[in-house]
Amino acid sequence: MKTPPLSPALPPPTSPPPSPPPARFRDLLAAEWIKTRSLRSTPWTLALTLLFVIGSAAVATASDHVTRPGPADFLPFDAFPPAGSWTLTLVAGSAGALTVVSEYGTGLIRATTVAVPARGSVVLAKAAVTAALWTVAGAVAATGSFLASQAVLNERHAAVPITHPGVFRALAATTLLAPVCALVGLALGVLIRHAAGTMITSVFLLLMLPPMFSERDRWSAELKHALVTPAWSRLVQNWSPDPASLGHSATVPGSWTVLTLWPLLTLTLAALVIHRRDV
Amino acid sequence: MRAPGPPDRLVPVIEVSHLAKRYGGRTAVDQLSFTVRPGVVTGFLGPNGAGKSTTLRLILGLDAPTAGTATVGGVPFRRHPRGLRHAGALLDAGQVHGGRAAAAHLAALARSNGIPRRRVDEVLGEVGLADAAHRRVGGFSLGMKQRLGIAAALLGDPPVLLFDEPVNGMDPEGVLWVRRLFRRLAAEGRTVFLSSHLMSEMENTADDLIVIGRGRLIAAEPLRDFAARGARRAVLVATPQAAELTAVLTAAGASVTPEGPPTPESPPTPESPPTPESPSGTKRLSASERAPEHLSATERLTVTGLPAARIGALAHEHRIRLEELTTPTASLETAFMELTADATEYQTGTPR
Repeated sequence: MKTPPLSPALPPPTSPPPSPPPARFRDLLAAEWIKTRSLRSTPWTLALTLLFVIGSAAVATASDHVTRPGPADFLPFDAFPPAGSWTLTLVAGSAGALTVVSEYGTGLIRATTVAVPARGSVVLAKAAVTAALWTVAGAVAATGSFLASQAVLNERHAAVPITHPGVFRALAATTLLAPVCALVGLALGVLIRHAAGTMITSVFLLLMLPPMFSERDRWSAELKHALVTPAWSRLVQNWSPDPASLGHSATVPGSWTVLTLWPLLTLTLAALVIHRRDV
Repeated sequence: MRAPGPPDRLVPVIEVSHLAKRYGGRTAVDQLSFTVRPGVVTGFLGPNGAGKSTTLRLILGLDAPTAGTATVGGVPFRRHPRGLRHAGALLDAGQVHGGRAAAAHLAALARSNGIPRRRVDEVLGEVGLADAAHRRVGGFSLGMKQRLGIAAALLGDPPVLLFDEPVNGMDPEGVLWVRRLFRRLAAEGRTVFLSSHLMSEMENTADDLIVIGRGRLIAAEPLRDFAARGARRAVLVATPQAAELTAVLTAAGASVTPEGPPTPESPPTPESPPTPESPSGTKRLSASERAPEHLSATERLTVTGLPAARIGALAHEHRIRLEELTTPTASLETAFMELTADATEYQTGTPR
């Protein structure tokens, strides 16, 4: 490749290959994973968030003193109370955004882009690592919340097993909520690049916007149903909408679609935009 | 110099051709063309805001040019799926995540390019950060961050290296080290492109110079030629017999200017070094900035057109006493100040 270095102090090229090794996507995944785990804030954020989400399920269940007639049923919003789901949404969205805006904020994105000029691949690798991490976190949060809630109910002999109808869907939806929010945050980070702007936009889209729309009018209901947290809420809810109700209800398949499309569409937009903009 | 390799490693040349970049209405780089050769250190010089960093970003494919092209080894840099084996760059030492350890920062970069982990320890040792490898970057001094940025640039053992203001914040020992490193990298046949607004830094490091001002090329030539522009072979003479000497020297074909406030045409004298940080608008040193020594009958003259030895010989022949005879060393700073004082006058340049 080149003549030996003039000075022995410079290490010779470790691998003088005739051609550079192929660009492998899994190397990008490994690199993003190194970035994620080398930050002390990652384990702290995960631990504290999970502790709070699971704790909130126990607290919400303990303070729900309504006596219900008949056999024990799954109480989804005791296991997955707003305090827990909002926290999960907020933290996952912010953490996803931070994987990108921390690079823009420090300028590290320039070093990253010189190392990997294929910018779309970087976004994809970040998204994959973030999705994996927050799927695991979401699964732990969902299962932990369910078990904590049932542990409290068990003292009142009102617990249900994990095989109870409706439980699995609620667990799956809650597991998915975390990576969906994280990916939306990440995509917004790519699009907006500024930390504060990204955070506000992500909180606004995920948490503030849904209560603006009621289910009374059709247009309003349809907008609401197209948002992430109402879709999650519909999937966790284990009762069918009252057919006589004046409101418009979301469908279960429609809600799954909404949860899937948000990260897909925002990430596609992000991958398109990052190619066209200066770093 | 280099054994055969893949085509793009054969000629590690940076080629910039009619490059232009506009941000909104502001033109950062305009019609810029130059070539950076391998095997030498090329300095990239210009006052603050001249467009140096923009040009480096355009070369590295971070920004898209408004017009023109920039290639590294004949290929636009963005075409490479992975970059570190093609070019290494230190753009800004602050561009690291303060919460990450130095080794982790480099490990992530290395891994993304399929570079083995042991290379991280090698480059950390090379830049003298082996002991700080596991300390968080946030606690690093600017000089240490510069070293870390240089380590990142070396990771892929690339044939092309770009450094933006690499000596900022370094202690004198670090400056010496970095200078030797650049020279060695160039001697190994690499292309080393080094931007700075510190002319003195270039004087000691660079072989070739590319000078820009207001986004346009001012000069692209060997450093020695560039510095010679500043001196213009002027000689400073102090004598109590100024009138006689002036007559003698003028007769010998020189042009003699009494030392007063320098006229715009008179070359600046070198004895009071210009402050490196002085803005480009400061055209020349005024007489009042010089040592205010008033030799009673002695006058000082600036002579152009004759070498110092010849002036001394003429004075001796005519029994004229000289109290001072100084040949200014070629001053890069002077040349730089003169050329960038009104950058638009030099917009044509000489693209190579």
